[in-house]
Amino acid sequence: MQFEVAPNVLIALGGLYIILIIASVGAALLRWRSPETERTELVQRIRSWWIIVTLFTAAMVMSRTVAVVFFAFVSFLALKEYFSIVPTRRADRRVLFWAYLAIPVQYYWVAQAWYGMFIIFIPVYVFLLLPLRMVTIGETKEFLRAAGTLHWGIMTLVFGISHIAYLLVLPEPKNPAAGGAGLVFFLMFLTQFNDVAQYLWGKKLGRHKIIPNVSPNKTWEGFLGGVATTTLLSILLATWLTPLRVEAAAAAGLLISVAGFIGDVTISALKRDIGLKDSGSMLPGHGGILDRIDSLTYTAPLFFHFVYYLYY
Amino acid sequence: MASLLRLLFYGVFIRSMVLIVLGLHVRHRERLPRGGPAIIVANHNSHLDTMVLMSLFPLRLLPKLHPVAAMDYFMTSRLFSWFTLKVVGILPIKRTVARGDDNPLAPCNKALAEGQMLIVFPEGSRGEPEQLQSFKGGIARLAESNPAVPVVPVFLHGLGKALPKGETLLVPFFCDIIIGEPLAWRGERRSYMRQLDERMKQLAEEGSFPAWE
Repeated sequence: MQFEVAPNVLIALGGLYIILIIASVGAALLRWRSPETERTELVQRIRSWWIIVTLFTAAMVMSRTVAVVFFAFVSFLALKEYFSIVPTRRADRRVLFWAYLAIPVQYYWVAQAWYGMFIIFIPVYVFLLLPLRMVTIGETKEFLRAAGTLHWGIMTLVFGISHIAYLLVLPEPKNPAAGGAGLVFFLMFLTQFNDVAQYLWGKKLGRHKIIPNVSPNKTWEGFLGGVATTTLLSILLATWLTPLRVEAAAAAGLLISVAGFIGDVTISALKRDIGLKDSGSMLPGHGGILDRIDSLTYTAPLFFHFVYYLYY
Repeated sequence: MASLLRLLFYGVFIRSMVLIVLGLHVRHRERLPRGGPAIIVANHNSHLDTMVLMSLFPLRLLPKLHPVAAMDYFMTSRLFSWFTLKVVGILPIKRTVARGDDNPLAPCNKALAEGQMLIVFPEGSRGEPEQLQSFKGGIARLAESNPAVPVVPVFLHGLGKALPKGETLLVPFFCDIIIGEPLAWRGERRSYMRQLDERMKQLAEEGSFPAWE
């Protein structure tokens, strides 16, 4: 089947660049008005966004296969970062290698659009196989902790993220406006937009801490402001990029903004447990790749199954 | 021919592997020497250590960079010697010295006098993964013979997880590279060794790495 990116998606991608240009010009103006203020992080953050958006655009417009490989690579980077920051056992080195192998296999099912296998491969087969591999190595000390650590990483970073890629292979005619790429854009843009919106609302109005033990900077005002803005934007973008009608679009916006928040604080809890501020340094100004895709680990599978249940 | 191979090996193969399969988190990159002569000392857990350290430098410095390596390990057959000498570009030295032999560090002194940059692993061999061993004394002799050459300590973490001694299967991990301030020669070997060990421990403490057991 020929895969062509719908014009609506191309326009949306163009819109991303307009946002980036505005952000860059804005940052330059800020620097010009008050050059003494330290803004390295903001500048680095915007620069990293340029790179992320460019890679994303290239992957989306080249071909569907390239786009699936792109998300497989995101899973790989995220899983590598996860395995590098969480405590792993020396005995499990080879088990980790098997865990990495789950990535190409899972994304192969995606590329083949084999839904039945895609949806059970990790929760059933990988879940059962990895402990077997651990048992053959024979180290029982901390076995349960190691097995749990492994599965949590694979479920969130491979299984969860692969749902974004599966949106690409859903039957095109069900979404005549923009196809699978439209759904991917909608999910990713709203998730990232929600992160920014919650941050900005929190900065402006934030008073009441929402979850101080995990993420002391998160406030009710930021959370609710984000939910409202994201839901509104969801309604505005939905007819253009998705098959969702107004009520469904509102529900999707609500789902993405609430789930995005939960994904964010879940990764925060993980980092707090390990004692890290950032999960890595791959993306200057953002931190690691987990810091960037934390919300997506929740929004991707939830949005996917919402749309899948309603329309596919 | 060999230098072209070396350029391809480090410039293409090693760099892409380090970038994609591993991924580095380099702290204090600005402390790396910009030219020779210089001595880079690092802890040693993996064959990847050399590859990663080489990849930190710009390619124009490649002809100057040489890992100092044990002759008995890296020159066991003709083909392997050709590879390690010409492509990896090691500077071979003898690990065990018989009475009457020349100074085993003489080739290093000569290379430094020519403005080369040497990578030295003073732990002697790759130890238990992710455990810092104390340095052997040869590095102090080298510093003593070349008091004007900067000795830059580098702490490596994670490579012993990716490819530890005795393993052939590379498992991807992000690795941390923490570069220290150069250590000047102070006139006495034992105190120099203490300072170097101390400096390495400080660098290790800059990162918080969970124990790997």
